[in-house]
Amino acid sequence: MSRLVTAGVTASRRRPVLVGVGCVVLALGIALASLEPGSLFTSMTSADVFVFEQLLLPRVLIALLAGASLALSGAVFQSLTRNPLGSPDVLGFTQGAATGALVGVTVLGGATLVVAGSAWIGAVASAALVYLIARRGGVTGGPRLVLVGIGVAAMLGGVNDYLITRANISDAAQAALWITGSLDGSTWSGVVLLAAAAAILMPPLILASRALRIFEMGEDLAVGLGLRTELLRLSALAAAVVLAATAASQTGPVAFVALCAPHVARRLTRASGPNLVPSALVGAVLLVAADWLARYAIPDRELPVGAVTGLLGGGYLAFLLAQQRRTGRI
Amino acid sequence: MTHRRALGIPAALGVLCVICLLSLAIGALPLSPAAVWHGLTDPASSAYPVVRQMRLPRTVLGLLVGAALGVAGALMQALTRNPLADPGLLGVNAGASAAVVTATALFGISGLGGLIWFALAGAGLISVLIYLIGGSGVGSPARLALAGTAVNAALYAYVGAVELLDTDALDRMRFWTVGSLADADFPTVTRIAPFLLLGALLAAGCARPLDALALGDDAATSLGGRPALTRAVAILAIVLLCGAATAACGPIVFVGLMIPRLASRFTGPSLPRILPYCAILAPVLLLGADVLGRVVARPAELEVGIVTAVLGGPVFLLAVVGRRS
Repeated sequence: MSRLVTAGVTASRRRPVLVGVGCVVLALGIALASLEPGSLFTSMTSADVFVFEQLLLPRVLIALLAGASLALSGAVFQSLTRNPLGSPDVLGFTQGAATGALVGVTVLGGATLVVAGSAWIGAVASAALVYLIARRGGVTGGPRLVLVGIGVAAMLGGVNDYLITRANISDAAQAALWITGSLDGSTWSGVVLLAAAAAILMPPLILASRALRIFEMGEDLAVGLGLRTELLRLSALAAAVVLAATAASQTGPVAFVALCAPHVARRLTRASGPNLVPSALVGAVLLVAADWLARYAIPDRELPVGAVTGLLGGGYLAFLLAQQRRTGRI
Repeated sequence: MTHRRALGIPAALGVLCVICLLSLAIGALPLSPAAVWHGLTDPASSAYPVVRQMRLPRTVLGLLVGAALGVAGALMQALTRNPLADPGLLGVNAGASAAVVTATALFGISGLGGLIWFALAGAGLISVLIYLIGGSGVGSPARLALAGTAVNAALYAYVGAVELLDTDALDRMRFWTVGSLADADFPTVTRIAPFLLLGALLAAGCARPLDALALGDDAATSLGGRPALTRAVAILAIVLLCGAATAACGPIVFVGLMIPRLASRFTGPSLPRILPYCAILAPVLLLGADVLGRVVARPAELEVGIVTAVLGGPVFLLAVVGRRS
């Protein structure tokens, strides 16, 4: 009996590691495939070198980093809202980023850097607004946060509709592409930015997974166990939003990576708790794979990566809703 | 209490009449009351094209669509036993949008006659989905709202993808997806009226049985109700009302959320009493928002969907923050 238990414990500890290693191998494999390695071994013209170094390589690196950032942020939100459908969208993230990007495109001229900056500001500002409205007497209950986020998102949606209808059609198309999420404009400066954000924000979040696991047990219990829940909620929300906003400033708010990656990770590791590192790795795999699909799924036609994740994620969501309902979690 | 109730409906009707008159009188072209009257009655009048052919169908469409959204919202809140259920927030209108975008971009269908069937199908699919998630009564408001957000996100991702592949579709659809009464004409009104009428009749029919369901399925059955039939009729009514309304003027949020909440302040929780108030007060809100949209951006106008979203948001937030949870 005890051997069985020990074996079970070892297996449950080994599994996340195996999943992690598998994800890294898979991500690198798809990344290499997207880099079109055949051309590396033949003689490359200077144009090929340029395409490889300035277009393909940053694109793949951004996909890896943005996927990991969005997924980690989603895992933190699912933990904090104690709901399998939590994602930065709970704080009006997508709509806020879209408002920022639309203002950048229609009012401020639409230069890449300007759009990225205004989208970042839009996302972070809307999240801060939602947090402040939901806060009462120094506490933000989980459900209230979710509902306030939905209200603010709906209002920002109205503002976005207004901006899109008032724009000329080329601005509207640029904004629509940005809102969907695309890796077309990837640059090395974007890679550096995302890497820096990941290096600064990911380690503290990962260190907080123990506290998050206690938090998931319920507000009262967490307080009873000595956790400062409001401090944890505020700091984890802030770090996760900034991480996701930085990723979105380079790629647009790519749909469903934040929502789906933690589920896939949990299904693979079968571990309880927030599962942060596996989620981030799965997110990186998902985004690189989605980008590969987006480039090759329709011959002669490149889809934006957000369209692929949106469609795949929608299907997964339907499955998830059906299943969660059966187990009574929604 | 009885006294107040007797006065409530006439008072609400009075407000509705005032809003209708405002909707006829106010617009990009300033007209005196006399000119409006002539425009309404005299085909030779110079105001006739503006008042009779633009503002009148717009007002009638606003009345019908507003009433439909209000009643559908009340039904949905009763059906899911969730005070925050709204066809817009839960994705029913987005389902109709997605179906309409598909029909426009992929099959090249235009014109309300063909689109309305797609809108009904899309609304139907999402209504059933929402009911499956929230109808069992186990979901808390926050959970149902989260599910709605996720459904909305999926549908808008799809709409966005279709629009990106086809810039022409984007140019046509970006105005429709806002929610607007600006293109109203009488053929649109007559086209959607039968669907709305049928939906309203079904809603009236299932109001009392739905109330009984609030006691729980067992109690409702012992009172002679048939829970499964009642729910099916209610869903059908929601689909007809929301699908037809969305086909005519695009997805509009918050009307179905705010009005039933407001109405239940006057009436208490009884659905048969709430529904008439919803049918009267929701058009007041929709037409009021439409008139406001015409006034604030003169001589251009703000689409009614934008006004309801921006006005409705704070009301929703107040409702959420003010709730003792």
